Amino acid sequence: MHPETFLRVLGPEPYKVCYVQPCRRPADGRYGENPNRLYKHSQFQVILKPAPANIQDMYLASLKAIGIDLTVHDIRFEEDNWESPTLGAWGMGWQVLLDGLEITQFTYFQQSGGIDLEPASVELTYGLERIAAFLQSVESIFDIQWTPERTYGQVRLAEEQQFSTYSFDFADVTSARQMFDLTEKEALRLIENYPRKDPAAKRRYPVLAAYDLCLKCSHFFNLLDARGAISTTERAALIGRVRQIACRVAACYLDQTSSNDSTGSRESEESE
Amino acid sequence: MRKTSDFIFEIGCEEIPAGMIAKACDEFKAILEKYLLTAGLLDKENIEVIGTPRRITAICKALLQRQPDSEKEVTGPPKSVAYDSAGEPTRAAMSFAEKQGVPLGKIYTVATQRGEYIATKLVTVGRPAEAILAEILPRAVAEIAWPRSMYWTTRESMRFIRPIRWIVALLGGKVLKLEVAGVRAGRESAGHRFLGKSAVLIKNAAGYESALRKSFVLVRPEARRKKIESEVAKLATKNHLKVHEDPALADLVVYLNEYPSVILGSFDASYLELPDEILITVMRGHQKYFALRTSNGRLAPHFLAVINLDRDAKGLVCAGHERVLRARFADARFFWESDQKCRLADYLPKLAHVTYESRLGSYADKVERMRQLARWFAEQWFAQGITQASVASADRAAELSKCDLVTGMVGEFPELQGIVGGLYAESQGEPEDVFQAVYDHYRPAGLDEKIPSNLTGCAVALADKMDSLVGCISAGLLPTGSSDPFGLRRAALGVVKIILERKLPVSLSSAISAGVKALTSTTPKIHVKPEIEKQIIDFIIDRARFVMRERLGFAYDEVNAVLAAGSDDLVDAVKRLEALKAIRRSKNFEPLAVSFKRIRKIIEKAGPADIWQLPAVRPELFDTDSERALHSAAEAANRKASADKRAGKYREALQTIAELRPAVDKFFQDVLVNAENEDVRRNRLTLLQTLLREFSTIADFSEVAAGESR
Repeated sequence: MHPETFLRVLGPEPYKVCYVQPCRRPADGRYGENPNRLYKHSQFQVILKPAPANIQDMYLASLKAIGIDLTVHDIRFEEDNWESPTLGAWGMGWQVLLDGLEITQFTYFQQSGGIDLEPASVELTYGLERIAAFLQSVESIFDIQWTPERTYGQVRLAEEQQFSTYSFDFADVTSARQMFDLTEKEALRLIENYPRKDPAAKRRYPVLAAYDLCLKCSHFFNLLDARGAISTTERAALIGRVRQIACRVAACYLDQTSSNDSTGSRESEESE
Repeated sequence: MRKTSDFIFEIGCEEIPAGMIAKACDEFKAILEKYLLTAGLLDKENIEVIGTPRRITAICKALLQRQPDSEKEVTGPPKSVAYDSAGEPTRAAMSFAEKQGVPLGKIYTVATQRGEYIATKLVTVGRPAEAILAEILPRAVAEIAWPRSMYWTTRESMRFIRPIRWIVALLGGKVLKLEVAGVRAGRESAGHRFLGKSAVLIKNAAGYESALRKSFVLVRPEARRKKIESEVAKLATKNHLKVHEDPALADLVVYLNEYPSVILGSFDASYLELPDEILITVMRGHQKYFALRTSNGRLAPHFLAVINLDRDAKGLVCAGHERVLRARFADARFFWESDQKCRLADYLPKLAHVTYESRLGSYADKVERMRQLARWFAEQWFAQGITQASVASADRAAELSKCDLVTGMVGEFPELQGIVGGLYAESQGEPEDVFQAVYDHYRPAGLDEKIPSNLTGCAVALADKMDSLVGCISAGLLPTGSSDPFGLRRAALGVVKIILERKLPVSLSSAISAGVKALTSTTPKIHVKPEIEKQIIDFIIDRARFVMRERLGFAYDEVNAVLAAGSDDLVDAVKRLEALKAIRRSKNFEPLAVSFKRIRKIIEKAGPADIWQLPAVRPELFDTDSERALHSAAEAANRKASADKRAGKYREALQTIAELRPAVDKFFQDVLVNAENEDVRRNRLTLLQTLLREFSTIADFSEVAAGESR
């Protein structure tokens, strides 16, 4: 989860943001052999805080705007409550299906980092590859004409193959566990040293770096999961550890921003 | 004739989860009826509530326009205080009248049990329905219970299943002044998202359905169901196919659409090489398609999709669905092939990395225990003459049973655990006995679900469940309240169902001991406290009671009586229950049960047995004929009943015992147990105790409630 989503939905200030987010999900890798599934896909993410009352109409208008004729396609809002247990974030909403194809996750966020949101934000995440394949009427994501010269497959197939291979077959479980532990340790060190009582030191304190480490932990967890190395119960324990970081980061962030009345410019973050 | 108006109330909503709508409608109906009957606006329960994904609508053809006036009598001070000797009203009477707001002339006297008092009648004028509805409706909407609710503005605002976006509230065609979740009620509803008008004006309740119909919303679920069913039937017939029946899916699609149409799609026949279970799960679970079969019963390369449109004129929707299904099937094939690059047994080492429970070790550890237990069950059954019980098959099936947990297919379709393992075992040439057992071993999933179809499957299923019960309860994971993360209640229910339905000779205590032995003898070798075994038995017996009452239809006291006499062998317990049920209505039985209760009380009152009990009844201490008669009748009955019992003839045995009634009655008529002579008293107590003990081996009669026919 990008900090522009995870952190910006916290607190009362209205906020609107959209951006393209590359999403890596090791367990979704298919060695580039599945026409709809990817190790890494691109989401167009939108956060609207507060959630507008006509948000569904706005969303449908956005589909129209990119050339989808809603009167000849079957658009459906099917229950799907999004949840990231590792980040203590969840909401209620739908997956939006276009002729049976999931193209968007539509969520009214209720919590982020374990904190109740006030007000609720709405999040739209458009699956760009699937939508592009649909618009270009190609059978496989890899056949998308990504630029006039190149297909998506030409750009990305090797990456899909190699990262699927890495996550399913090569990733070393012991190292991944060690990296999880190390990253967790560094994140906790930052959180524990957060100068709650020192306004001057607080301002430049690297809460965002702690969140970045939290995401790395989450990624190592996903990697271990893809390797089939985690059981149901251990899973709960690992999720709990990442969630703890996420929740504490969220609390620090709220503290930092509420004492920092002017929300200064923040540099954008990289993936995940 | 009181005046009525028609009433309509529509909660317009963003898409409500399909599985919740019907239940919410029923609940809303009950809530409204409660309020409206209490308010006196309804004569009888004639509210109708119907729903679609985007609306829950209450309709009433005749709601009273005004509450009836109500009259209430209020009593004041006693007459003697209210009037003086001259019969004039006193200060007390005047202040009563003033307080109630009535003139003195409206005061009269009433006779009560405590004497005469003054009283008056107060009339409350009924309020108009508009005012009452404005109060009731927002409250009623908020009262609908959802599995999980959300807020969409601020935390203090109303919670609902999804955001409420419009409200139609009309009484006699007039808009009611009210607000729900910050939305002001009006007459503007919404048509189908894509086919209809976004604003549909509703004139009144009578015009509601047709107005929406014109905007492509079939408000009535029955209308949608009918349209779906007829189109499904038409398409199937036209293509010489049969629908793979799926009532739960049918219920779901009724509530997924406002204007459903059915289309027929196809997929490449090469996918039919995948097992039906997988194809159907993909079609049903993810895509909500109906699978189709050819006339010979085989799966056909076609599906039916229910879409929320009037038609698919250009075939674009169908092409889209086909494309999605192809990708889904490609995914399933990917798993089917990549999972089987190695054999099922090759996944065993991986199970060592999958923790079952932190204290109970990995799934590899669990599998070791399951093998030991499955072998034990098969050995027991074989020794008892069930010759098809195979120790080798049970062992092999247990060994393979959990391998599919680390396959990609189960990762993707967790609901197929066990089934996938069974299918892989089958395609890899395991014998039928084994693959079917792997396939079935999670059964039964619930009270109404099937048990494993073969004996090996029963052994593995029992081993799995027994290990979960013994392990988790030993680790202190006994379920509390509604939380049961390891599914122990289901496991115990499964144990009971398998034993009873397959009529398996299983000693619960021995099976638990075998489970404990497996747990203590293999890694992680946890220590099990002796009192745990009792807890496990009680936990299983509790489920057995439930099955015997709710499923087999035995009465509470019958179950208690029989289980008090022994619960180790559940099949035997049910035989005894049947005998008890058959015999309890006979004339001697319940009176005898009353006497047994009396005997139990007498013995309990006598204190610990060791201070009064004799080694045996001593006939020379009898001093009445009734005692002698009871003693000899009991001895004779015991001989006969014991023989019958050994032969499994419980009914005859109970009959014999019941015939003791006259002797018991006579005894209590003539004999005082607590005789002055201590030896005589102890002898009588011993006689009664022997009676109770010997005749409580089939059922403990003192548990049988007399004169009840539950």
